[in-house]
Amino acid sequence: MLYREAGQFKTSYAADMAIFPIRQDRIALLLLLAFAFVGIPLLAHFQLWPLGSDYMLRAILIPFLILALAAIGVNILVGYCGQISLGSGAFMAIGAYSAYKFGTGVHIPLEFIGSEIAIPPLPVLPSILLGGLMAAIVGILFGIPSLRIKGLYLAVATLAAQFFFDWVFLRVQWFTNYAPSGSVNAPDLVFFGYFVHSPIERYLLCLIFVTVFALIAKNLVRGNIGRQWMAIRDMDIAAELMGIRPLYAKLTAFAVSSFIVGVAGALWAFVYLGSWEPLAFSIDRSLQLLFMVIIGGLGSILGSFLGAAFILILPIMLDQVPHALGIPISVETVSLLVFVVTGSLICYLLIVEPHGFARLWAIAKEKLRLWPFPY
Amino acid sequence: MLVFGQFLEVLIGGLLAGVLYSLVALGFVLIFKASGVFNFAQGAMVLLAGLALVRSLDFLAARGVPTWAAILLALLFAAIVMAITAALIQKLVLGPLVNQSDLSLFMATIGITFVLEGAGQMLFGSDVYPLSLFPTDAWFILDSVFDGGILVNKLDVWGGLIAGALVAGLAIFFQRTKTGRALRAVADDHAAAESVGIPITWIWFVVWLVAGLVALVAATVWGTKLGVQFSIVFLALKALPVLIIGGFTSVPGAIVGGLIVGAGEKIAEVYLGQHIGGGIEYWFAYVLALAVLLVRPQGLFGERIIERI
Repeated sequence: MLYREAGQFKTSYAADMAIFPIRQDRIALLLLLAFAFVGIPLLAHFQLWPLGSDYMLRAILIPFLILALAAIGVNILVGYCGQISLGSGAFMAIGAYSAYKFGTGVHIPLEFIGSEIAIPPLPVLPSILLGGLMAAIVGILFGIPSLRIKGLYLAVATLAAQFFFDWVFLRVQWFTNYAPSGSVNAPDLVFFGYFVHSPIERYLLCLIFVTVFALIAKNLVRGNIGRQWMAIRDMDIAAELMGIRPLYAKLTAFAVSSFIVGVAGALWAFVYLGSWEPLAFSIDRSLQLLFMVIIGGLGSILGSFLGAAFILILPIMLDQVPHALGIPISVETVSLLVFVVTGSLICYLLIVEPHGFARLWAIAKEKLRLWPFPY
Repeated sequence: MLVFGQFLEVLIGGLLAGVLYSLVALGFVLIFKASGVFNFAQGAMVLLAGLALVRSLDFLAARGVPTWAAILLALLFAAIVMAITAALIQKLVLGPLVNQSDLSLFMATIGITFVLEGAGQMLFGSDVYPLSLFPTDAWFILDSVFDGGILVNKLDVWGGLIAGALVAGLAIFFQRTKTGRALRAVADDHAAAESVGIPITWIWFVVWLVAGLVALVAATVWGTKLGVQFSIVFLALKALPVLIIGGFTSVPGAIVGGLIVGAGEKIAEVYLGQHIGGGIEYWFAYVLALAVLLVRPQGLFGERIIERI
């Protein structure tokens, strides 16, 4: 009864093209944002349920936001442009390590001309964005094969990026500033003179990034370029015949996707991990992101959030279940059990709803419009 | 002469190691050909087969069963485990997912990977289990030609022989038996095969079973080499560039691809690795595969990809 667009007339082109054309959607989104920006920090500040301790913010909400951002990036490439990528972890790593290098100062000696390139340490925000930019450039490079190879062949080809960069960040010590252990520490998170330190502040920082990029992504996929991506995804030859340049469309998809994934990687390293090793961005991370996108829904920004929430929270929940029920089993068995249950749930979800949570959400909305009538 | 001898040693070692990659890649090719499923779970199947084999072998040996009987019984047991796995995968996952996109099927096999890894280790334990079905010491050949001879690992030679026998066996199975011919028909065109009365679900079960048995064979060799342990699942990742180079749909391609990858990465590691830092084995195969793809998008032996609107 409440969710109905009857009587909401659109009198301008802008109103017709709004992201959320239905008023109830707009109100719901504003409420959600208000809760995320004001409600959660207040709850956390006064230590009220369910944010009684830092755990919820540190271990669930912050990683959720960052992985959702990365999932949006992957979704642009896989869901909107149809180019399967198994190298997202590598692009997160590129974002993270480039941001680290820019944050601590880049120094490239050019001995053969007796000179050097030296960039002084940059503030955090430009470092993170430059990290994304570096990821975008590498993304374009590794996107070039997509002009020639397609589908699962491309997926395996993107693994080349994954393994190559795993190796680069492990072996080329220039990237880690010659840290003997190979692990590096993020610089202090100072934004415009303000030191972001407590979990609440970190959470808000991630939230701002995610909100801004989600909005940008949503508008990109609705616009000219997004339509080009989708045309390429649906049938690239037909799209080409219609005058869409595959080179431009595919490479922009790689660039935009890698940029967002790179920024997410920099945030993951700086805000969530604090200090990290190349292992943090292994193939497992790539597969995890791909799962989020597929379980959430290919070609849906909302789906990226839902998928990220599901894939991130599922193992944490499963870990708690035997403990909560008081079943005495060893930690090792639990971790194996988590594997089995996660795997079967993924298969199950793929079988019951191949289009992911986003489709379930759309169905629910459709039902809600008619409620309480069946049709 | 010494330099050439060293090169030959690296080359032979690489080629034989490549055969072992081919053993894993073969399982992929069989399933991809017959059902169009890109089976990420092949590595996990190798792990499961290896665990079933080594644990039942230990169990039987501890009860005083003579070695030859224990090996036979353990192989049988592992084969039964793989058959059950194949039936379950076909019945519970791939059956309901018929006609879904390639990507969905691929992700489903990653889900299967998780289940197999978890369940296999829960049932059979998660330690490193040594397996010694084949001799692992080395031969020195051609001492007369080269100073000190060329070192060849006996296990790798066994691996090569087994791979050869396996390919011959598969070739006979595909060419001569009724089921094999039905398999080829399904690989050509699912709908057409079904319309002439080939039971397609049965065929898919058979394919997964054969892939499971190939995984078992791979497990005997790899288990002897590394011990049966969790890290065997990463073999699947090593087999992917082999597939790309050979082509997803070609059994000879899997063998040749394995040889190229094995020899290429050993040579690169020895001659290139020292200049740019070690460990390039880790990604060399992938970059090689990428280079091959840019020239031949369907791999060296793959069927030409024809696209229509």
